[in-house]
Amino acid sequence: MKKDDFILKADKLHKSYRMGMMQVRVLKGLNLAVNKGEFVAIVGSSGSGKSTLLHILGALDRPNNGVVTFESRDLSRMRASELNKFRNKMVGFVFQFYHLLDELNVLENIFLPAMTSRSIVGWMACRKWARNRAYELLAQLGLAERARHKPYQLSGGERQRVAIGRALMNEPRLLLADEPTGNLDSATGNGILDILERLNKAGQTIVMVTHDERIAHRAGRIVTLVDGKIEHNSVNLRSKT
Amino acid sequence: MYKLILAIRYLLKRRIAYFAVLAVALCVFIVVVVMTVMIGLVSSFKQKNHDFVGDCVVGTKSLVGFPHYEEFMEILESEDFAAGVSPVIKSYALMNRQGSEPVGVEILGLDPLRHHQATGFGRTLRYHGDNVAKAFEPLQEPNLPGCILGSDVLLQWDTRGYSVHCFPLTAKGALAQLGTDVANTKMFYYSDSSHSGIPKVDGMLVYLPFDVTQKLCMDGAVKRASAIHIKFASEVRLKDGCGKVASLWQSFKQEKVDANQAYLLETVRVESWKEYRRESIAPMENEQIEMTVMFCFVAVVVVFIIFVVFHMVINHKSKDIGILKSIGVSSLNVIGLFSGFAFLVGLAGSSIGLLSGLFFLARMNRIEDWLFKHFQWQLFDRTIYAIGDIPNQAKPKVLVIVFLLAIIVCLLGAIVPSWQAAKQKPVETLQVNQI
Repeated sequence: MKKDDFILKADKLHKSYRMGMMQVRVLKGLNLAVNKGEFVAIVGSSGSGKSTLLHILGALDRPNNGVVTFESRDLSRMRASELNKFRNKMVGFVFQFYHLLDELNVLENIFLPAMTSRSIVGWMACRKWARNRAYELLAQLGLAERARHKPYQLSGGERQRVAIGRALMNEPRLLLADEPTGNLDSATGNGILDILERLNKAGQTIVMVTHDERIAHRAGRIVTLVDGKIEHNSVNLRSKT
Repeated sequence: MYKLILAIRYLLKRRIAYFAVLAVALCVFIVVVVMTVMIGLVSSFKQKNHDFVGDCVVGTKSLVGFPHYEEFMEILESEDFAAGVSPVIKSYALMNRQGSEPVGVEILGLDPLRHHQATGFGRTLRYHGDNVAKAFEPLQEPNLPGCILGSDVLLQWDTRGYSVHCFPLTAKGALAQLGTDVANTKMFYYSDSSHSGIPKVDGMLVYLPFDVTQKLCMDGAVKRASAIHIKFASEVRLKDGCGKVASLWQSFKQEKVDANQAYLLETVRVESWKEYRRESIAPMENEQIEMTVMFCFVAVVVVFIIFVVFHMVINHKSKDIGILKSIGVSSLNVIGLFSGFAFLVGLAGSSIGLLSGLFFLARMNRIEDWLFKHFQWQLFDRTIYAIGDIPNQAKPKVLVIVFLLAIIVCLLGAIVPSWQAAKQKPVETLQVNQI
C-alpha cells in the first residue's frame, strides 16, 4: 500500500477521561490508516473506545497524544475555523440516534450543512443548487415523497436515511458512521447497510463503528478494538467477493 | 440564513419562548403607559408654571419689594428681546365675607393687560378671557373695585363683596402702622376666577389691581414692586434672554448704587421660570426620576427572566448545538443563533407591548370615564391632580427608546446562556447517555 493512498491516518493515539477521582484510559497508542475508497468497520465491545476513536478521527474531539492526519494534514495543527471547515466539507457524520433538528423538515435537514457554511448572500446565490442536490439525495435514499415531513413523522430507518443524506450533502471525502443501525430493526438496518455499501462502491470512503460482527462483515476491512488498542486488522474477503 | 430560520422556528415552536415574549410585552406595556402618563403630567405641570410666571422674573422673595422698578421696566421695554413686561406685588392678607371669619390668602397685585402680555394670565380667567383689560370689573357692577379669586380659594361667592385686610410694610420691613390701624382694609367685589391648573396657586391666590395693592401693602414715598415678569420675543432662547436681563440688571444696579433705598436692590434675583418655580417643579421631576429608576429595576427583572428562559431552552437544545457543531458550525455562530433568538423575543415582545400600550393609552380616558360613571373610581383624583384628561400623548422619542431598550435587555439576558451554549462540546452533547 502506497503512503499517498491514505486518506486518514492515526498514529499512536492516546485518549483518557477523568471519571471522578479515576483517570480512565480509553485509547492506548492506537494506530490506524484508512485508504481512499475503503469501507472500514471498527468493532469492539462496549467501552473499547470505538466511538471515541471515531470522534477523534472526525475532529469532534482531540486526542491527549498522537497525531491524526487527513490527506497528509495534521488535524492537531488546524485552527478552530479550519476544523469547522473540515467538519463541514471533508467529513460527514451519521449517528446512532440520527440527530436531526426537530424544527426543520427533511429537506432543510439535508441541506443544512450547505447552508451553515455560507452567508445569507452566499446562500441566496447557491440556494437552487443546494435544493437540487438535496432532492437528488432524497431520491437516491428513497425519500422523495418525504421532503416536507418533519423528523417526528418519519420511521427510524427513514430518519437514518435523512441523516445519511445530510452527511453526504457537501460531498465529503470521508463518511463516519457511529452504530448507524444500532437503533434499527434488522431489516431496516440492512437497508441502511445496503445504502452504505452502494455509496462505497461509488467511491465513498466510509469508517463505521459497530459492536455487531455480522454488520461489520458488510465492510471491506474489519478492525477489532480491544481495550483501547487494535487487536485484529483483517480484510473481509467475503465483502470483496 | 440557518440562524434566522432556526431562531424563528425556536420562537414559534417553543412554548417557553411565548412566556418570554409575554414578559417583555408586559414590561414594555407598563413602561410605555406609565412613562407617557408621567411625562404628560410633568410637562403639563411645567407648562402651567411657565404660563403662570412668563419666561423670566426679576424679583425678590422679601415682602418689602424693591424700588425703581419702573425705570428698569423702561429699560426692558426698550429692548427687542422683551415682548411683555409686568410688575407685580406679592403679599399676604386676611379676607372675609360680611359676617364670616377671615381666611388667610396670598395676594398678587397686577395690571391685568400687562400681565397677560407677559404671562398666560388671560387664559386662566373664567369670564374675562377675551377682554383681559377689564378683568377687575365685576360683571354686575363694573364701577366697583374687583378682585379675581383663585378657582379653589375657600371663599363662598358673595355679591356683597369681601373685606381685604393688608399689613403695610416700610422699606425697612417693619409694620408701617401700629395699634388698631395696623391693617389697611378695603372692600373688593368678585369680578372673575382664575384657574391656572397649579393647585397651590388656585387654592391660595387672590388677584387685586396693582396700584391698589401697592397702596395697601407698601408704605413710603418710593414706589416698590415684588417682581417684574418678562416674556421674551418668540425667537429668543430662554437662556439667552435671561442672560441679557441679568446683564441689564447688573448695570442698572450699579447705576442706582447711590439711589434712595438702593440696598433693597441687593435682594433681587434674575431667574428663568424654571428656577423661579423650582420648588414646585423639582418634586415632580424627582418623582419622574424615581419612576425611571424603578423601570431600570423592571429591566433587570426582564434580563433575569430572559436569562432563565434561555437557560432552559439551551439546556433543552444541547443536542441541536452538538449537531450544528458536528457539521462545522463555529462557537461564535452558536452565540449568533441564540442572540438572534433573543433579538426575535425582544422584537416580538416590544412590538406587542408597544402596540397594546398605545391601544390602551388611546382608550385610557374613556376607560376612566366608564369606571367613574359606574364605580366613582378615578385613576387620578381631580381634587389633587389639576388635570382634565389623563395625558395620553406618547412621545415618539420615548417609544423608540423603550422599544430599543427592551431588545437590548433581551440580548443582555441571553449573553450568558448563549456563551454557555457555545462552550458545549459536541462529543458530550451527542453522547448516547445524554439522549
